[in-house]
Amino acid sequence: MAKKPLLEFTDKGIYCAKGKFYIDPWEPVNDAVITHAHADHAYVGHKHYLAHYLSKEVLLYRLGDIQLQTVKYGETVIKNGVAISLYPAGHVIGSAQIRVEYQGEVWVVSGDYKTEDDGISTAFEPVKCHHFISECTFGMPVYQWKPQVQIFDEVNNWWRNNARNGVSTVIVGYSLGKAQRILQNLDLSIGKVYTHGVIENTNEALRRNGVILNPTERITPDTPKEEIRKGIILAPPSSVGTPWMRKFQPYSFGYCSGWMAIRGAKRRRAADRGFILSDHADWDGLISAIDATGCEKVYLTHGYTASFTRYLNEIGFDAHEVHTLYGDDEGAPTQPPPEGEEFEEYGSDTNQKASPSGEDLERVGVT
Amino acid sequence: MKAFAQLFLSLDETNKTNEKVKVVKDYFNCVPDTDKMHMLALFTGRKPKRVINATQIRTWATEITNIPIWLFEESYQVVGDLAETMALLMPQNTTVTSSKTLTDWIGELNELGTKTEVERKLWLIDSWAMLDTQERFVFNKLLTGSFRVGVSQSLVIKALADITKLDAPTLTHRIMGNWMPETYTYERLIQEQGAADDISRPYPFFLAYPIQETSEKQKSADDLKTALGDANEWQAEWKWDGIRAQLIKRDGKIFIWSRGEDLATEKFPELHPFLNALPDGTVLDGEILSFKNGLPMSFNVLQTRIGRKNLSKKILEESPIALIAYDCLEYAGEDIRTKTQSERREILENLQVATAFPEIFRISALIKFTSWDELGTFREQSRAMIAEGIMLKRKSATYQVGRKRGDWWKWKIDPLSVDAVMIYAQKGHGRRADLYTDYTFAVWDGDKLVPFAKAYSGLTDAEINKVDYFVKRNTLEKFGPVRTVKPELVFEIGFEGINRSTRHKSGIALRFPRILRWRHDKPKEEADTLDNLRALLGD
Repeated sequence: MAKKPLLEFTDKGIYCAKGKFYIDPWEPVNDAVITHAHADHAYVGHKHYLAHYLSKEVLLYRLGDIQLQTVKYGETVIKNGVAISLYPAGHVIGSAQIRVEYQGEVWVVSGDYKTEDDGISTAFEPVKCHHFISECTFGMPVYQWKPQVQIFDEVNNWWRNNARNGVSTVIVGYSLGKAQRILQNLDLSIGKVYTHGVIENTNEALRRNGVILNPTERITPDTPKEEIRKGIILAPPSSVGTPWMRKFQPYSFGYCSGWMAIRGAKRRRAADRGFILSDHADWDGLISAIDATGCEKVYLTHGYTASFTRYLNEIGFDAHEVHTLYGDDEGAPTQPPPEGEEFEEYGSDTNQKASPSGEDLERVGVT
Repeated sequence: MKAFAQLFLSLDETNKTNEKVKVVKDYFNCVPDTDKMHMLALFTGRKPKRVINATQIRTWATEITNIPIWLFEESYQVVGDLAETMALLMPQNTTVTSSKTLTDWIGELNELGTKTEVERKLWLIDSWAMLDTQERFVFNKLLTGSFRVGVSQSLVIKALADITKLDAPTLTHRIMGNWMPETYTYERLIQEQGAADDISRPYPFFLAYPIQETSEKQKSADDLKTALGDANEWQAEWKWDGIRAQLIKRDGKIFIWSRGEDLATEKFPELHPFLNALPDGTVLDGEILSFKNGLPMSFNVLQTRIGRKNLSKKILEESPIALIAYDCLEYAGEDIRTKTQSERREILENLQVATAFPEIFRISALIKFTSWDELGTFREQSRAMIAEGIMLKRKSATYQVGRKRGDWWKWKIDPLSVDAVMIYAQKGHGRRADLYTDYTFAVWDGDKLVPFAKAYSGLTDAEINKVDYFVKRNTLEKFGPVRTVKPELVFEIGFEGINRSTRHKSGIALRFPRILRWRHDKPKEEADTLDNLRALLGD
């Protein structure tokens, strides 16, 4: 009888039967190891959580009172004889790849990752393994990122121009990860950075965690509009087109996302400016990351899984699409993610489930 | 070329008309006059000649990108635009630049006509190597000849009008018809011109605004009275379903222009005798229809001869045509567009009465009505008249330029409709790239679903997102770009006409099918049947 694999794909998530724990499960379980604090990876309702220590405050803020154990990169935790350790994924602050080892067999779950060092999330580190479970959100060759310094030059020039013309500048990016990456790369000689409440809550959580971020000012009903106009407004995707955003008129709104690489997607978003800035690996990044693991087998989860798997097999990898191992439409929400939600979190052709509550930050923010 | 590439980028970066006009003005102000004319030609639908065929361009592009052909094809599915796909897949160029202008590039492109295949390939590969990604994108657009930019002609004209201090209708008229950016100079465009300059040049068409678009917004006679006022101020005609055309007789020569500004003189030989007999300096506006025994035939019949290179005797016999004229724009060499509708109508009637070919040169009869109620009753009879509804024209109206609200209205009849089940989906193009937006619909034939129509439009962006989400999670099979989806979603499909067809599995063909609405309330079992559709054939 064939040996049971160390990690399996079940309808609750990636499962280690030997160690009796799940990685990024989407149904409530006893023991969950979390790659990062984004809503589609860190669900509410598990009994016990294990994550990187830089995810701590954001997880507590997002999920409430949970039982959470945190570790540093490289530190090992043993569960039922299985060794678990976390390595930097470079996706957002506190994001990790999960390395699982039992009797010399090593599996790595990438979670979401990018290969470019963004200067704020600890840079991605390839981990040698036998089996690599990789995302492939941008697993098509049309996705090729430029160095972020070029993109931020564009962003800063656009802001400078708007400020000169008396137009507000609204820059949109997901509240955990993109927002801080933008914040740390803005040219603060142009003006102040104002934040939407959802983003400021995340910033505060990160600051409680000891992360040093550039100064920001939370927008309240009392913040003078003329002042805001000279600065830049950091806003989450869910605020696009809302009355909250409209009160900054006249404004120019820029959208930061990997999907902006395609003209059609950009036009659909109806953003004034689309900045091609992603927290996921591009085509070359994915291939080089997979190659660097030296893995025997690679499993592709969310993204353009079919095409990417086929290509990897053609160039000599032993690649497998794992979407059929996930629960299909059963239990999936009947509605797509709410309008304006960060679509990178959901992938474009993915079988992974969306968060059952959409942007859970909003919900937490109100209570 | 840098300026032209930047123009595209800047146009994409704003959704505000005024800013787009400014972007176009900035472009005009910074490029040589010859570039202005090339840009005008491209933005008004005058496609560059396709010198290299699309398959060769694709093959050579794939060679450079160093990926397998299937992956190139799938990338195209994701991007939804061939020119853009090629630009994105090529290795980024950050070292070499080129200062060639748009005119230079188009010139070189046109010279390729006389070159060998090897020379063409070399030229293309060299060219790609010296352009950056955005320049490659617009360059590829020139190569593939597909230039839909999401900027209306009227917007470009507005920018040009601001710069030249000429009025928009004059400019619109001057860029109508048959001109080549290689020979028509900017200087000539902005100078005062006589009618003799280009005897083939048509006038810009005046287009009607729709009174209603969907059956949900049904307009009553009272609504019309409120919106349009006294019925006596209006003339009504049937809205004919044919090919809108402008017919010119000047200096002993005749020209027939379609609405798309294609010169179609040779396609309609039946019209030549009457046109040749018209006095010089006459321009008519009307609809070309298939006509037999004095009765119009359905558009389907006309369709069989559109696009044919050779009009065989058989075709001419089976699908004879005639003109239903409804306006006169030039008489005795004089532009009479500023005369009133009634005055122009009288001139038209006099011309028609004088013709020796009354079977071919017909006139669009006026519908006599005294109240909006009465006209509403006539409208119900449109289908029996082989018409699409009613045209309303204000008697005091001048003949204007483009689609204008106010004096010309089309009051179409409600489309025919059936409830159908979506069974296949395919990704869209342009703005709809990488989203499942193109659907195939089926009706029941016993316990089987038979596909009968494809439709792309009619849903809101929010609905498209939901259907896309459904398709991605309910795919049964994939055939290349097409996905078979779980038959579950029901839509009301509207169409203008229905005919028998031997080419379709269902045995029927629809005219202008589109999605009227998503029937969330209907389970798939309650969708319509093939028999329901056949009943609409009316025989």
